[in-house]
Amino acid sequence: MYYVVTFALIITMALALTRAILGPSVYDRVLAVNMLGTKTVLLLSVIAFLMGRPDFLDLALAYALINFIGVFAVLEFFRNRAAKQPEEKP
Amino acid sequence: MTVIFGFFLLTLLLITAVAIVQSQNLFVSVMLSGMFSLLLAVNFFLLDAADVALTEAAVGAGISTVLLLSALAITAKHEKAPSSSRVGALIIVIIATLVLIYATLGNPQFADPNAPVHQHVAPWYLDKTAEAIDIPNVVTAVLGSFRGYDTLGEVFVVFTAGIGVLFLLGTQPGPFAQSNPFKLTDPKGLRHYLIPRVVGRMLIPFILLFGLYVQFHGEYGPGGGFQAGALIAAAIILFALLEGENSALKVIPRSVLIGLIAGGALLYGVVGLFGIFLGSNFLDYSVLSSNPVKGQQMGLLIIEAGVGITVTGVLLSIFHAFAARGKF
Amino acid sequence: MELFLDIASWILMSLGGVFVFIGGLGALRMPDLYTRMHAAGITDSIAPILIIPGLMLQAGLTLASVKLLAILVFLLLTGPTASNALASAALLAGNRSEQVKSTAVPESEE
Repeated sequence: MYYVVTFALIITMALALTRAILGPSVYDRVLAVNMLGTKTVLLLSVIAFLMGRPDFLDLALAYALINFIGVFAVLEFFRNRAAKQPEEKP
Repeated sequence: MTVIFGFFLLTLLLITAVAIVQSQNLFVSVMLSGMFSLLLAVNFFLLDAADVALTEAAVGAGISTVLLLSALAITAKHEKAPSSSRVGALIIVIIATLVLIYATLGNPQFADPNAPVHQHVAPWYLDKTAEAIDIPNVVTAVLGSFRGYDTLGEVFVVFTAGIGVLFLLGTQPGPFAQSNPFKLTDPKGLRHYLIPRVVGRMLIPFILLFGLYVQFHGEYGPGGGFQAGALIAAAIILFALLEGENSALKVIPRSVLIGLIAGGALLYGVVGLFGIFLGSNFLDYSVLSSNPVKGQQMGLLIIEAGVGITVTGVLLSIFHAFAARGKF
Repeated sequence: MELFLDIASWILMSLGGVFVFIGGLGALRMPDLYTRMHAAGITDSIAPILIIPGLMLQAGLTLASVKLLAILVFLLLTGPTASNALASAALLAGNRSEQVKSTAVPESEE
């Protein structure tokens, strides 16, 4: 029963990886990483049940809690780059 | 079936690794290394290594992206083109690959129960944990008690790495940072972004709570000091991103961070010395209490706290050191 | 009762798998960033809503169910927030949608 959803999740991870490698813009890659993160949370939850170890859900919980920090860092990174853009041009 | 999933994920991991090496744009490399960490964590989990996977999750999910981006902010956007010919490097890599492939021929089969790793000390650890320490998570018992020296070494590796980064980047925002033309004019973090700010602030207490759960539940489930330290540091880094670095420094000043780095490692060492003073060996926790099993559990709890304190201190110091260098 | 729960859980999880796949396909095939973000949003929102209750039906009233509920709540909170932050970052750097580019767009305030 869990195999169907595990399979769908892994295929989608492969699709997200393709999007991350193809690009074209950096934001597509950030989007792909973020999407892969959500898929990882779901995949870890499903695998925890697949292997009969529901007490290992802590891992999925850790990802669900802190995975989005990276996207905030990207936002901050581009905000800073935009702020110093006029000075950066030599 | 899980083996097939494992192979598929390993293939994805390999593709990601090649893409990281191929990419000339450093930002793309940072993003792809985030993906690499996610795939690696799933692979560890498929191999039933929940503690290692949790470490990868705690460090790889938020903190490594933040630190790599803040390093990227003070360097160039693109990788430098290689200056010299690569033929020599290629030959060395090919030879090394052939040697490694030759070495794998001598390895035991995948999941072979007669492999040396399952025959040597592992059965002894599995037997003795219930008797000597009486906790369900054997990994914590091995890390903290049976091989306490190794973990002490790891803590000092983290400690030394933190000191090294601080030597390179400096602990204080020197005169350079103040006059830095790249210094952001508005160091207020993401205050203008209402939705990230509201949701982020709402989640910080939960991340801290989960970090404490991982810290003190390490004897019963996956977790321990390293993972908890990374999670707590992630919560404070999130606060720094949302409210600006200066607000985060008001919460935990730099002097406190230096104290945390040294204090955690010191706490671990002092627990070890207590063993000697109470008439036993270094890092033998049995003598900490009148009941040896209780003493072991108490020792584990204290050294895990020490590990967590050091890891939090080091990660936050590195973040602030990068932030003080310029922007971010 | 056991059988009914199994069937319900199977339907929920399979539907979730279908939506995950559709979202993944959309994120790969859509023409520009914002439409791709829309497709990825499917996998961030509807897929957890279906898959995690499916797992909860399997777990029953245990600690695992509570953890799954927490995962669901945090995913539903963080997913759209991350999408919002990403869209802000893309807009800030002047990444415009193909459709919007044709009409006159005022520069953003930031």
